[in-house]
Amino acid sequence: MARYVLNRLAQAVMLLVIVSAIGFAILHLAPGGPLSQFAASAQMTQEDLDRVTRQLGLDRPLPIQYLDWLGRMLKGDWGKSYRDGDAVLSVISSHLGATLELMVTATIIAVLLGFWIGITGALRRYSLFDSLATVGAMIALSIPTFWFGLVTIYVFSVTLGWLPAGNRETVGDGSFLDLLHHLIAPAMVLALVETAMWGRFMRSSMLEVINQDYIRTARAKGMPDWRILTVHALRNALLPMITVAGLQFPALLGGALVAETVFTWPGMGRLFLDSIGYRDYPVVMGILMFSAIMVLIGSLIADMLYAVVDPRIRVG
Amino acid sequence: MATAVLSTAQPTPSQGAWQRFCRHRLALAGGVIILVLVLGSVFGPYLLPFDDTYIDIMKRFAPPLSGAHILGTDELGRDVLARLMMGARVSLSIGFVAMVIAMVVGIVVGAFAGFYGGVVGAVLMRLVYAVLCFPTIFLLLALAALTEPGFVTTTVLIAATAWMWVARVVEAQMRSLREREFAVAALAFGSSNLRIMFRELVPNAVAPIMVAATLNVAKAILLESYLSYLGYGIQPPAASLGNMLNNAQIYLTSAPWLAIAPGLVITLAVTSFNFLGDGLRDALDPRMNIP
Repeated sequence: MARYVLNRLAQAVMLLVIVSAIGFAILHLAPGGPLSQFAASAQMTQEDLDRVTRQLGLDRPLPIQYLDWLGRMLKGDWGKSYRDGDAVLSVISSHLGATLELMVTATIIAVLLGFWIGITGALRRYSLFDSLATVGAMIALSIPTFWFGLVTIYVFSVTLGWLPAGNRETVGDGSFLDLLHHLIAPAMVLALVETAMWGRFMRSSMLEVINQDYIRTARAKGMPDWRILTVHALRNALLPMITVAGLQFPALLGGALVAETVFTWPGMGRLFLDSIGYRDYPVVMGILMFSAIMVLIGSLIADMLYAVVDPRIRVG
Repeated sequence: MATAVLSTAQPTPSQGAWQRFCRHRLALAGGVIILVLVLGSVFGPYLLPFDDTYIDIMKRFAPPLSGAHILGTDELGRDVLARLMMGARVSLSIGFVAMVIAMVVGIVVGAFAGFYGGVVGAVLMRLVYAVLCFPTIFLLLALAALTEPGFVTTTVLIAATAWMWVARVVEAQMRSLREREFAVAALAFGSSNLRIMFRELVPNAVAPIMVAATLNVAKAILLESYLSYLGYGIQPPAASLGNMLNNAQIYLTSAPWLAIAPGLVITLAVTSFNFLGDGLRDALDPRMNIP
């Protein structure tokens, strides 16, 4: 087990180095590079720019600059926002709560619904329910999230007037019920794609398990169906879902960005788009790196967890 | 419950492929819809009396079916159907071209990584997995923020964020194919590595590559719509399915049809490609039943 964990950790660190190198490269691809903030100002002469370049160490060889940048990233110094001079990490963390709230709610909805659809579909394979669920999942995976958001707003906010069309709370209210009221629509929109994914993976995992020999044995010895389902099938079918959680994490983050945009939800995705609009490259790059690191850690945790619950992994 | 265990009557491979494809009626329907969309976007604009960028301030916000404009007009009085056809033309083109670029890059990277293995393979695949760490939309938007928006950049950027999936598929294929007899025979025959890779191995992986290509078009169309909706893809006055939805949110109360039509076409196109890809997967290799 220890060897597996160490091995997996070493891989993650190596990936992190490459991920950071990509991030660094993108930063230097920016028009004007890291200097663009100053270059845009009319008050700066070429001499000033040259001096700033030297002061910031941008005339050094790229590998040295990269190591320097990486060192500062590791120490938590991710640069300052062009917009208000705040530290990038604190800007990100102040928006993280709203995004997590949305992601966690959507995941809970999606897991419950997806598991139910997937299990039912697998147990009644090729039934009407299964066919509809399969087709429905494919359509759900094909609908642009932002458009589904627009339709949701049109139906539930414009036509029916049941749900607010955006924001996290009513200004001046902010009670729990008010927050919940605002959360329903964006969480539902984000949960659509997630539900489809969980449902599809759960269905195929369940199908694989119920065709195993030990299920047949359990049936042969006269065990009641519900016991086979809960004790033998479900427990084994749920194992791969840990991996799925890690796999679909990037899509969940991306979906959150889109849902936040449509519903003007004050989270990290919204911040990312605003920062792009302002050409606030430090924040843009910060969020890009932050999201990649979250994905990396997510898949690391998923792998570790899988090794804990399934001994076959760490031996093989 | 678990009754389908023993029903494994296998048809012969060649007739089986076509049968399975036909059985997959949704895939067939998807193919037909794609054909209709392609024909409609290529020839449709010539059949309409309206130009997609012609602004008619006197006829703003005409609802659908209310006169000459079948799908109504937008906030500048432009014909929605004409814009839809031109938009579909742009979006489908981006989908196809981005797919071709992503396929070429993905196949080359995957082929080298899978064929050579060892250090070369490890380095290349680490790169693939590193890029996969970035959530697609974040990476796409960050890159778009650094470049001038337009048809070419949009296409290239989408390809740049989609080639990794292809590389992963091809790499796995290469790793298993290079051990097969015909590959060893080609080696014994004195063929160069490049020749073995691209004349022997890649053609043998054509089935999964075709599936990946089809699903890739779906992904590319979806990404174009995201990028253009957010304002960093195709720029107005040119229409794309995504940027037609750009202003739709503002007019959602007064002119909901502006949001409905383009979104439906995107969903239809993406769903069709996804079903087609799924059907192809079933038809070409029933063992590859990844959800």
